[in-house]
Amino acid sequence: MELEDFLKEITEGDGVSGYEESIAAAVARAFSPYVAEVRRDNLGNLIIYIKGKGAPAPRIMFCAHMDEIGFIVTSITEKGFLRFGTLGGFDLRTLPGQEVTIHGKEKYPGVIGRLPPHLRKGEKEKKAPELEDLFIDTGLFPEAVRAGIEVGAVVAIRRDMIALRHRCRAGKAFDDRAGVAVLWQCARELSRMEHEADVYLVATVQEEVGVRGAVVSTYGLAPDLGVAVDVCHGDFPGALEHEVSPLGKGPVITSGPNIHPRLYERLLAVASDYKLPHGKDVSPGPTGTDARAIQVSREGIPAALLSVPLRYMHTSVELLDLDDMKGAGRLLAFFAAGVDRAFVEELTCF
Amino acid sequence: MKEWLTRLTAAFGPAGREEEVRDLLRQELSRLGETDVVVDDLGNLIVSRGKGEDKRIMVAAHMDGVGFMVTSIEENGFLRFAPIGGIQVHSLPGTRLKFSRGINGVIGQEKIKEQKALDFSKLFIDIAAAGREEAEEKVQIGDTAVFAAPLVQERERFIAGTMDNRAGCAVLLETIRRLPADLPQPVTFVFTVQEEVGLRGAQVVAYRIRPHFGLAVDVTRTGDTPEPQFKTAVSLGKGPTVKLKDNSVICHPRITALMRRVADAQAIPYQLEVLEQGGTDAGAIHLSREGVPTGALSIPCRYIHTPGEMVDGNDMENSVSLLLALLQTAW
Amino acid sequence: MFLRELSELPGVSGNEGRVRDFIREKLSAWGIRHDCDALGNLYAYKGDGATGAALNLMLAAHMDEVGLMVSAIEKSGHLRFYKVGGIDEQFLVSCPVYVGNAGIPGVIGAKAVHLQKKEERGKPLEVDNLYIDIGAKDKDDAAKVIKVGDYVSFAARAATFADTFKGKALDNRAGCAALLEILQRDFPGSFTAVFTVQEEIGSRGARAAAYRLNPRMALVVETTIAADLPDVEEKDQVTLLGKGPAFTLQDDSLIVHPRILERLMAVAQGKGIPCQFRRFTGSFTDGGSISQTREGVPTGVISTPCRYLHGPASLLCLDDWRNLVEVVDGFIDSVMAKGL
Repeated sequence: MELEDFLKEITEGDGVSGYEESIAAAVARAFSPYVAEVRRDNLGNLIIYIKGKGAPAPRIMFCAHMDEIGFIVTSITEKGFLRFGTLGGFDLRTLPGQEVTIHGKEKYPGVIGRLPPHLRKGEKEKKAPELEDLFIDTGLFPEAVRAGIEVGAVVAIRRDMIALRHRCRAGKAFDDRAGVAVLWQCARELSRMEHEADVYLVATVQEEVGVRGAVVSTYGLAPDLGVAVDVCHGDFPGALEHEVSPLGKGPVITSGPNIHPRLYERLLAVASDYKLPHGKDVSPGPTGTDARAIQVSREGIPAALLSVPLRYMHTSVELLDLDDMKGAGRLLAFFAAGVDRAFVEELTCF
Repeated sequence: MKEWLTRLTAAFGPAGREEEVRDLLRQELSRLGETDVVVDDLGNLIVSRGKGEDKRIMVAAHMDGVGFMVTSIEENGFLRFAPIGGIQVHSLPGTRLKFSRGINGVIGQEKIKEQKALDFSKLFIDIAAAGREEAEEKVQIGDTAVFAAPLVQERERFIAGTMDNRAGCAVLLETIRRLPADLPQPVTFVFTVQEEVGLRGAQVVAYRIRPHFGLAVDVTRTGDTPEPQFKTAVSLGKGPTVKLKDNSVICHPRITALMRRVADAQAIPYQLEVLEQGGTDAGAIHLSREGVPTGALSIPCRYIHTPGEMVDGNDMENSVSLLLALLQTAW
Repeated sequence: MFLRELSELPGVSGNEGRVRDFIREKLSAWGIRHDCDALGNLYAYKGDGATGAALNLMLAAHMDEVGLMVSAIEKSGHLRFYKVGGIDEQFLVSCPVYVGNAGIPGVIGAKAVHLQKKEERGKPLEVDNLYIDIGAKDKDDAAKVIKVGDYVSFAARAATFADTFKGKALDNRAGCAALLEILQRDFPGSFTAVFTVQEEIGSRGARAAAYRLNPRMALVVETTIAADLPDVEEKDQVTLLGKGPAFTLQDDSLIVHPRILERLMAVAQGKGIPCQFRRFTGSFTDGGSISQTREGVPTGVISTPCRYLHGPASLLCLDDWRNLVEVVDGFIDSVMAKGL
């Protein structure tokens, strides 16, 4: 299997925040040829263990979240339309017309509907839709809806991955299944290297609703350091230069208060030494990623963040460059291979 | 259970000042013969049943309610205050309050151009004091107050200012009373503090107890009134809910499935709850240490965080039945 | 009293190094055992660690200050920036600043008022309308001395006039100075004083520090708003300068434990020290993080009232600061003598 195939498989599948069961199974299967052990923790985080040679071995954790933003049915109207709430943050303007899959007794296809323009009277016409203006249409008669779908049914966006020019691909859930694919790439590379550290690759859950998976997985593993792998905003017309990163120029390494300065330096050094293209960005406060939870777990854990540039985040056409992902996987592997007890000890006490 | 509900709803207990509720609960627990009763540093009341740590379930209901804290005593004898917990400012003008030492007050409002611009700075409490000196004899800065809204009953429905969450506490107490000694796994009941200001009691007590499973018992809003704020499918009188999610937690699917199986097997009516906003102690419990599979059982309640919180007596009885059945099932 | 030096040192959240080094040097000189952790929190262990160990008392004051971070360098050599922490935007324009660890001087500029349209003048200047000018010719010239990600702090000399102290970063160098004062005194038992990091961006250092120490009780030493200004009604003043240290009742992160509050009040009364309540329940301090650690920690907060917090020129009353030190001293003695 190639990186692109793995990305396609896991992004076309469904795994909304809090309901990551089926995607976890697919991820576990893909990692098993490269790793010693795969297990799930109390919240459903998938923990993949790659043993190192050290004794005692330093403990490294890399994590990427496998949950995607989605919806949950809150009520069913008399005529069988579904009202819904969100699991994670959406730009509601991107929803009308979007195809979805409803996980009821079976999987039902549906469409997110909106009143046609000539019925959107007055003020409302000028404004973006609110949740209460939207509904899901299954095309089924109300009895059939009620027989197969109940309040609380989880709904995921439906989107097949699209191959665009060069190495660009677009699809849903790249935030952050692209990160999970980076971890997979890292596992493949690591399987060809010698490394002292024990490496834990974690596909976390419920990041989109408050980095919840990372809170408990980090506590449970108590690693010596942790790197979160997520996506960052890719460039697009009208963006302020410093808020975005170009696609195709490598993954982005973040600095700022959420990031341990030595981890930042080491990631830059490794990228440089191995001639891996990369970018840099800064975050003036806690980042909106699992790194936020890692840094303040237990007695504090050195944290870093590596991101894949992604355009149109939180839409069903998130867009990235496969080479940026591959580069991220390689960078992580080389980084992990260079971590020894001495490096880890230097991280405590500035 | 009505007697307990009456006494619990009358007890004074805004977040951070739960002493009176805790003392009342301790008395009742003592009468019931519970011996393993402990209070932690933040004031959580912990009652344990069954030995051993294998598969321990923690069941939590918060003792605290929303309230008000005096921040200023003015020359003219009126008081300025800040809310404790989430209170809608528009529900306040004209409401009656009581302070911990029995002083009564009323919330008044200054004139403003547009009523929808109302905020807390435009409100004050009137304790019928002629001036600052008289006011200072009755209250101090830092004193707290709650809605003065004693329990009344209309058919099978109960109305009081503190159903959130004395209703949950009453359900726990009744469950403890009827729970047999022989259980498939140990259980710890916790009457938590400071839920209304951030699930704070539950967070630290879950850390202490290290439960294998968690279950929060709280009230939840209904969507069965004219043009409700949130179109939730939950209604008064249709049974307790199995919570699927709210803002603080996505309940563990295995626990929600278990709750539904048990309810179906015992023919206990229940509803499915998806809450757009709001949170409960489950939010803090499930993220403790390495994570705790957690669910929540909710008592439907109208007009939450107002003096007129309304619950249904049958929903409360069914909540107890469901909780009892759950705790006597192997998890 | 190290208030002046501490106030002038740069130490924006995430970049507290120089403040940490200054404090570390003093601790070493006084023979106080100390270490730090993976976030940069600095722990000072007072006493032999045996007497009073069961007490496990934690004092905390944060080293970081609000500031800015360079986000981009314009073609013209001007610098765009992010806020780090809740810096008061309205204080920014026309401020002199230092950029990066080399302390490159700059000024925060905006369009000259003469060139602004009438409507523009009515609106407060937001971060997007402001920039830092270091006198560079262009982007390359600027990049020779600074880089994106550099921290920026106010350039402000501290000064004393009458009994008033003026400086930047009084939040919370005043707290750090108070702890340094306490650490020089003798006590019958042991306690740990932690100089925390990253309080201004969410009390992040304190969370890890409290987990590590697992204290039985904690006291946070801070500064708080004094809004005793013209046209502010009494009910909105929060605290007043000159009326003594302020005790927090409740804020967004913490309801102060009643026993700690009572003890602080009793100590102040016993010593005849004037004190006041912080009459505001908003905002947060390290107290929230600490109190919520592990099985819960009874926690209190005592503050020096301060005008114009989060700006380049804050004011405090030295008498209030000195009284705060005496109350903390008395509190430590009291809990060592008879517990909580």
